Amino acid sequence: MKENSVSLILGILFGVGLGIAGMMDPVKVQGFLDAAGRWDPSLALVMGGALLVTFVTYPLIIKRTGPILGGKFGLPTKSEIDKPLVIGALLFGTGWAISGLCPGPALANTLTLNTGVLVYLVMMFVGFWAHKALFKA
Amino acid sequence: MIIENFTPVASTIGGLLIGTSATLMLLFNGKIAGISGISKGLLSNTGHERHWRALFVLGLILGGALMIYLLPAQSAKAIQAPPLQMAIGGLLVGFGSAMGNGCTSGHGVCGLGRRSVRSFTSVITFMSAGFITMFIMTHLLQIARF
Repeated sequence: MKENSVSLILGILFGVGLGIAGMMDPVKVQGFLDAAGRWDPSLALVMGGALLVTFVTYPLIIKRTGPILGGKFGLPTKSEIDKPLVIGALLFGTGWAISGLCPGPALANTLTLNTGVLVYLVMMFVGFWAHKALFKA
Repeated sequence: MIIENFTPVASTIGGLLIGTSATLMLLFNGKIAGISGISKGLLSNTGHERHWRALFVLGLILGGALMIYLLPAQSAKAIQAPPLQMAIGGLLVGFGSAMGNGCTSGHGVCGLGRRSVRSFTSVITFMSAGFITMFIMTHLLQIARF
């Protein structure tokens, strides 16, 4: 399956990007979010660099009739700003600051076998599952 | 304000690579490279939907492993975080991203790229929550940064 190989390779590229960017280091993430203290603005450039690419490429790609390997684009269809969107983002941002990790960098850190990272990953999946169980989503 | 540990070149290059991965994911597979959505979907999907997700996550772990090997100081390898703190963080991130349909990658890198108003709202909200939480932790509760 070509799609599966592409997913594997792009997962690797994504992980390498996170590592070079410094996002795999919770010290840097907390340093970015501590704008009132000793501030490390680097993460703004990680998002800036990524957006520099997607802001140009996404609109062009979406104009195509479909992805190169066939099928359809799986794009979100919701457009309204609802409570789950905002409350979810509030909870997410809080957890991000507490741990210095968001899902991508946490997964990329799996093989550090750091206790804190592994505890975080287990609880992240517990969080996914709890939301599914509570909201039948 | 004191600026420290600023790494503009490496962070921009890393960001460009992340944006490239997200671009090729949409171009070839038609998928949004949102890590919370991809990993959450491992819990409920079967067949092809589960396979590509598992392989993307495996790639992320392998790419991360390479970087842990090359630049151990830029990973979480040496972090000594209280397990309870990481447990609370992980739970909030998992539950919150599931409820809000995305995280830093899905809403930040991909959603803003396609000019989604929902993603813009999400990014402003989670960034604000992150800055406020960090302020409360370090400056009011005096909890030390890592």
